[in-house]
Amino acid sequence: MLLIQCPACGVEAEETEFAAGGEAHIVRPGPGCTDAEWASYLFDRKNPRGVHYERWRHAFGCGKWFHMARHTHTLEVFGVYAADVLDPPQEIKDRIAERTAP
Amino acid sequence: MTRLANGGALIDRDTPVSFTFDGKQFRGVKGDTLASAMLANGVKLVNRSYKYHRPRGVVTSGPEEPNGLVNLGSGNRHEPNIRMTQIELFDGLEATSQNRYPSLRNDVGVLNAAASRLYPAGFYYKTFIHPRHAWKYLFEPMIRRIAGLGRAPTEADPDTYEHQYAFCDTLIAGGGASGLLAARRAGEAGGRVMLVEQTERLGGRLLVDDDAEIDGKPAREWVAEQVAALEAMENVTIRLRTCCSAAYDHGYALLYERRTDHTMPTGPRHRLWRVRTKQIIGATGMIERPIPFYGNDFPGVMLASAVRDYVKLWGVAPGQTTVLYTTNDDGYRTALALHEAGCKVAAILDSRADPAGLLVEQAKTAGITVHPSTGIGKTEGTKDGVTAIHTVPLGKGDDVALGEKIDCDCVAMAGGWSPVVHLYSHSGGKVMWDAGRAMYRPDPDNPPRDSSGEAYVRMVGGATGALTTQDVLTSAAGNGEGVSVHGPAEQPTASVWFTPSHGKAALGGKHFLDYQNDVTVADIRLAAREGFESVEHAKRYTTLGMATDQGKLSNINGHAILADTLGKAMPEVGTTTFRPPYTPISMGSIAGQQKGSLFKPFRQTALHEWHAEQGAEFEPVGDWRRPYRYQKGGEGRETSITREIRRVREKVGLLDASTLGKLIVRGPDAGKFLDLMYTNMMSTLKPGKCRYGLMCDDNGFLMDDGVVARLDEQTFLCHTTSGGSDRVHAWMEEWLQTEWFDLKVLTANVTEQWSQFAVAGPNARALLDRLEGDVDFAALPFMGFADGTLGGMPVRVFRISFSGELSYELATPTAFAVSLWELLLGSGDDLGVGPYGTEALHVLRAEKGFIVIGDETDGTVTPHDVGMSWAVSKKKEDFLGKRAMERPDLTRKGRKQLVGLLTEDPNFVLPDGAHALSADGTRAIGHVTSTYHSPTIKRSIAMALIEGGMDRMGEVLEIGIDRKTTVKAVIASPVFYDKDGARQNV
Repeated sequence: MLLIQCPACGVEAEETEFAAGGEAHIVRPGPGCTDAEWASYLFDRKNPRGVHYERWRHAFGCGKWFHMARHTHTLEVFGVYAADVLDPPQEIKDRIAERTAP
Repeated sequence: MTRLANGGALIDRDTPVSFTFDGKQFRGVKGDTLASAMLANGVKLVNRSYKYHRPRGVVTSGPEEPNGLVNLGSGNRHEPNIRMTQIELFDGLEATSQNRYPSLRNDVGVLNAAASRLYPAGFYYKTFIHPRHAWKYLFEPMIRRIAGLGRAPTEADPDTYEHQYAFCDTLIAGGGASGLLAARRAGEAGGRVMLVEQTERLGGRLLVDDDAEIDGKPAREWVAEQVAALEAMENVTIRLRTCCSAAYDHGYALLYERRTDHTMPTGPRHRLWRVRTKQIIGATGMIERPIPFYGNDFPGVMLASAVRDYVKLWGVAPGQTTVLYTTNDDGYRTALALHEAGCKVAAILDSRADPAGLLVEQAKTAGITVHPSTGIGKTEGTKDGVTAIHTVPLGKGDDVALGEKIDCDCVAMAGGWSPVVHLYSHSGGKVMWDAGRAMYRPDPDNPPRDSSGEAYVRMVGGATGALTTQDVLTSAAGNGEGVSVHGPAEQPTASVWFTPSHGKAALGGKHFLDYQNDVTVADIRLAAREGFESVEHAKRYTTLGMATDQGKLSNINGHAILADTLGKAMPEVGTTTFRPPYTPISMGSIAGQQKGSLFKPFRQTALHEWHAEQGAEFEPVGDWRRPYRYQKGGEGRETSITREIRRVREKVGLLDASTLGKLIVRGPDAGKFLDLMYTNMMSTLKPGKCRYGLMCDDNGFLMDDGVVARLDEQTFLCHTTSGGSDRVHAWMEEWLQTEWFDLKVLTANVTEQWSQFAVAGPNARALLDRLEGDVDFAALPFMGFADGTLGGMPVRVFRISFSGELSYELATPTAFAVSLWELLLGSGDDLGVGPYGTEALHVLRAEKGFIVIGDETDGTVTPHDVGMSWAVSKKKEDFLGKRAMERPDLTRKGRKQLVGLLTEDPNFVLPDGAHALSADGTRAIGHVTSTYHSPTIKRSIAMALIEGGMDRMGEVLEIGIDRKTTVKAVIASPVFYDKDGARQNV
């Protein structure tokens, strides 16, 4: 069971205190998009063996959504960051590069 | 009696303990386990094997025991499959053997063994295929009766169990030599330390194998010194009878504590500890391996380490004359221990060509005959135990002649040691094959890692593969101060995975690998021949390692046989995955306190007690319990429900609607936000007005509905379904926080702060007008609301209707709920006021054709499908579900649409979910979503989703009732009563 730190309230807690929200940084297309774009937004998800950016909510805590960069196999957590960004912060990308370097 | 005159470090000879086994009275002494006590009574036969019902005795002295499983206790404290080697004896203990009929000594299941040639590996997969029905009704019940372990208890468990949480910096699993030293070093370094030990004693093998001096002291003295030092440290907690069952991700460990199994129960029997720790030190030691030879399962054939444990810890001789079969120096300790205790060691058979070293010399000096390059070729015995062995020369191929016969009543097997790597493996650590020491040991380069990617499990001592006391303590000291050890040097182990018997050896008698599941060397060889070459396939095909002991004794030998048969090296074959828990844990400990009323707590409204007193029959609605109906006397359901419906249609009824979700949405952008959340327009709603709204997800499918009231310019109150308040609140927050975080909006879930009652029926206004207050009920328009007081209590009055009658919903702060409810009920006897439940509510709304989310919708239904296109805005640029509703599948002709169904026979109520059939009867074209008898229009009514239903009014459909019966029903409007809505607008 993962140990997760909520970036909103700072609490480090067990996974059961959080709710997973699937892949992060999915862009919701506008009303004028094609059927294919809409279907992709609804259904296409990555399933990597490796680094995964994902959404989590501190459901039984402060209630805030946030992002987490995690390795799906080693379960290493590279960092957590705010929900209201469109891309992972540079420092998290740097850490991933450092930790996953061959 | 086989109790020795001297020795027995754990027992108190002066305190007798009486117990029963299979109803017969026995005596042991304080400190005995059930296994040692039975051996002390000269009883070796304690069980029958799983498949062949062969007589079996205990093989080990610890939790890895495969054979000695018994039923413990009786009646409601009966518990099956408990390992005798772990049961500490207490006065009055009752144990019975299992998997035998009619008795342990005379078991008819032994016929299986006579027919054992008919039960090869994969037997179940190859047989019982035809006829198909026979599997369910004949073969499976028969096999379940013959094969298997103990019987499940039939009564509720009277004991209590609990879950506990703990946090520490270092958790040390195992209280043997390495665990004690690692705990000492961790304790001295500071930080919180937990040391857990699965048995009741600390010291591990040092209590038995005490031939080394540590820091200049005898081993036992060194142990006592460590224990005293640890007990004196405030930052160290020691828990005995507590097994570290599992190591999970990120430093999460599960401990299983058997609190009262060794005594009369007081307080919780077992505890399940959920521990978060920065580091786990696995000091889990090693388990000795048996040696597969012909008849290696007779009672009295035991692990060498277990034999000397019984001698030195419990003062019991498992046999009067023992033969030791060893592959290493350590086995000689057993011969020496027996010799010192005055028991005869008939011979030592050593697989090695040239055994040498101090321990070997000591054995020879003691006058024990050592046969090099020799093994056991065959065993003779009875159901009460082994009686003799035949030696066989090793290293000369399978086709060899047997050597001399040696009489004995105990055989000690020393097949080498396997590190207990389970904790390392549970959460991702890798193990590696160490050919030099013939073992899988933890791979230090691939440890389990925590959330930062750092190793959090470190194995020490025997668990790393360290074989001598010196190596064990050196690894446990880590970077801390080491200790000096003087003990006998040992020669390398020679791996022996299989000892041939006479003739075409491998096909001779049975050479057991897995005692508990009766898997033999021949089974593994057969699996390999039949193509089950992967270790995971061979395991499942033969059931090797799949019993309750999870292959603790058998896996390595089995994998070696597989490798040998396939002509591969051990690492190429690999090993199966170690999964938690390490040893079986009780179901009670898993449940903990979460049973009975705590299993799934439910929510109740402020009026719950009142409802119960009025004879309410409750039904679950989401997490709530709501009154389904109010029963008077012994009346049937139909009678209550009809009475409640007629009350609303003819007089006035009260409904506790407090379970409706109530969400406050506030802020400068609240209107804009709700325009995105609902399919219809909310931003144009005027303060003081209500609007019914629909919510879809981004697939375009309905997910919730409810009335939205605009309290002021920036504040909306959104009602949700009873089951939906938390879900819809979370849904709003998700969009606000992750997609439209630029909107200035806050939300709050105030569901439980407000209680809410529907006052519905032609007399509703007359009733409310009688109460003192400042709300003008006549002037309040339909879909309007007003704040005020009623009977001195604050209320918010909504003029809304879910029954089609003149109806008001009164919301009041929950503290006033009971007073307001009782005031309403006490003010209108002459008006016919009374409560109604959820079933009446459902019939009333169905008569009006109102949908219920979850009845008429199932996650594939759009607002257009249920005839509510009027609630889908065409003006808004975007809302959740808008783009999806334009997808081809959601706009195509022939989608299922909501219609009413009227059965040809007005008294026949369709079954819920019944399917409507296509004209040719080959296909289902829709299903019934709600179906009732309507007391108002005095006939059955139903709603259904039917393909293209709205264009098929008046068509007669066949509705399937069962395989043979259909009934006719005509498609009609789903609004069955008061189609113009005149009754609510009075």
